Parts: sequence; structure tokens; C-alpha cells
Amino acid sequence: MAHSTHPSADAAVVDHHGAGIEHTHPTWSTYWKVATILTLITAVEVWVYYVPAIVHSRWFVPILLVMSAVKFAIVVMFYMHLKYDHRLFRVLFTGPLIIAMITIVALMFLFGKLAARVGGMG
Amino acid sequence: MTSVPLTAGHVAPDAHDPHATSTGLDNKKIAIWAFIGSECMLFASLISTYLIYKGRSKVGPFPHETWTDPSTGKTLHAILNIPVTSASTFVLLMSSLAMVLALAAVQNKNVPKRTTGERILGNSSLWLLATAALGITFLGFQAYEFTSFVHEGLSIRTNLFGSSFFTLTGFHGAHVTAGVIWLLTLFAIDRKRGLGPRDEVNVDIAALYWHFVDVVWIAIFTLVYLIK
Repeated sequence: MAHSTHPSADAAVVDHHGAGIEHTHPTWSTYWKVATILTLITAVEVWVYYVPAIVHSRWFVPILLVMSAVKFAIVVMFYMHLKYDHRLFRVLFTGPLIIAMITIVALMFLFGKLAARVGGMG
Repeated sequence: MTSVPLTAGHVAPDAHDPHATSTGLDNKKIAIWAFIGSECMLFASLISTYLIYKGRSKVGPFPHETWTDPSTGKTLHAILNIPVTSASTFVLLMSSLAMVLALAAVQNKNVPKRTTGERILGNSSLWLLATAALGITFLGFQAYEFTSFVHEGLSIRTNLFGSSFFTLTGFHGAHVTAGVIWLLTLFAIDRKRGLGPRDEVNVDIAALYWHFVDVVWIAIFTLVYLIK
């Protein structure tokens, strides 16, 4: 990184980094591309909902969950800048997120929801 | 000035900077990420409750199935309106786009804008207002949905589905409302004195909160509305 000798420019660099904000943010065009991808995935999700052959197959729920997870990850990485930001922020987010997901799965096992689903698929 | 190699989001603590931290990261940004982490737990509990109660309601209306009331003989259709909710989901996704454009506009406030397109993209007030307007539109969709559900006989006291559905989506709607107020506050500040690079962190934490509200809805849309 080129450091300017101009005081205000140096201050801007320090403040910028001090905020924990990475310099290599996505560009405007990246934001538009991400929005297009999110819209397309949402359209496919809704389309899948109206296709009886898919709805009645065992792949219906996994397909929707995967598409939802992809949308979730795209927003977090590109719009929330977690892909570019400091590692501490990733830890602060993914740690509780993993605990939250384990909690959901554990509670569903505890109340027999996942057991019923696995039995139903067999 | 000494030449200290700077890594992403990190700076060596400066003894003269009153805001310097041991991590080199802004405390407000660490706080918002910790808050978002705690919000993950909150929504996980609400989503868990919805999923556990799903399919256990004794009386209708039901989310995806028709139901005939044995006492009145009245048939109630599946209550979830997927086309309307898909539209509101699209609105919330577009609000996230407007939010990142607002943040980019604040970050690039001092960059000269030569073309009309650059001036539009660099107009932080426009994008902040657009984000808030899209958030209000989403809330309008939610108000319409809640009202129509109540008219069709589903309230928070009707059955397990109604209780868990209104609690989950109601909490999310409350978060959107808080976000809209936050955005309108930033818009007012921008109109009054102009938001610039020095306000970057303040806009960034508002943006992080708004995007989190968006990703929670991404999960709710799939788990509540689409999975039968």
C-alpha cells in the first residue's frame, strides 16, 4: 500500500483500517451481479415450489436448503463484506451461527422431527 | 511517520489516538458483529420452535393444506400466499443492494463524479432513502399478510402454527422496523450535514444490521414458506 506523506491522507488510512474495513471492497458492478444472482436463485426457489414432480421427490427439501444456504453465504460474503474483512469478524459471526445451527438440529432430533424425516425418506 | 505494514482491517495501536484499540479494530464494528452473533441465537430459537410445532396443529387454517372445520363445515384453503411473499422477498433483497450502494457512496464521497451514472451511484441520500423505502414496502407486505390471515381465521391464538408463525415473522418485522428507523436517521444526518468517509463506520454497522435482517428472511422464506 502506498502511504502518502500528506497528514490527512495518512489519517484517512489509519481511520479506515482502524474501523476494521478492508480496502479491497467489491465494486459497484459486483454488487449488481450479486443482486442478479440472488434474484435468479429466488426465482428458481419459487419455481421449484410449483413443480409437483420435484415437490413430491425426496430432493425437494435438500434443493431448497442448498439454494437458501447459497443465498445466505453470498449476502454474508459480498454484502456484509465478511469475505474481505478481518478474521475476528468471521469468528464473531460464524461461531454463534454454527452453535445456532447445531441447536436447531439438536432440538429437531430431540422432538423427533428429523427422525420422522429420515424414516419417511426410507 | 513510521512505515508499519498494515494488514486487512488491522493497525498498530497509536498512543495518540483516543479511539485506538488493542485489536486495531473499531469497537463499534466488533460490537455489531457480536450483536449479530447473539441475534443468530435468538432467531435460531424462534425457527426451532416453528419447525418443532410444524404439522402439530389440531385445528386449521394450515400453511400448505386445506382444512374443513367440522363444526361449521367451512373449508379453509392453504393460508400462505407464496406469490405475495416472493414479491416481498425480492423487495428485501433489492433493499440490501440499495444499502451496499449507500455505503459505497459514503466511502467514495470525496471521489470526483464525472458522469450522471457516477453521480447517481455516489448519491448516498438517494440510496439510504431507497433502502428505507424498500424496507417500508416489505413491512407493508407483512401488514397485508397478517391482516389477510386474521380475516381468514388465523390469529396468534388459533393454533400452534399461528402462534409460532406470528412470533417468528413478527420478531423479524420488528427488526426491519428498527432498521428502517436507523436508516431514516442516517438519511436525516446525510441531508443535514452530509455523510462522508469519517462516518463510514456508522453507516457500515447500519448496513451490517440491515443485511443480517435480510439473511434471516432468506432462511425464513425457505423454512416457513417454501418447505411443505
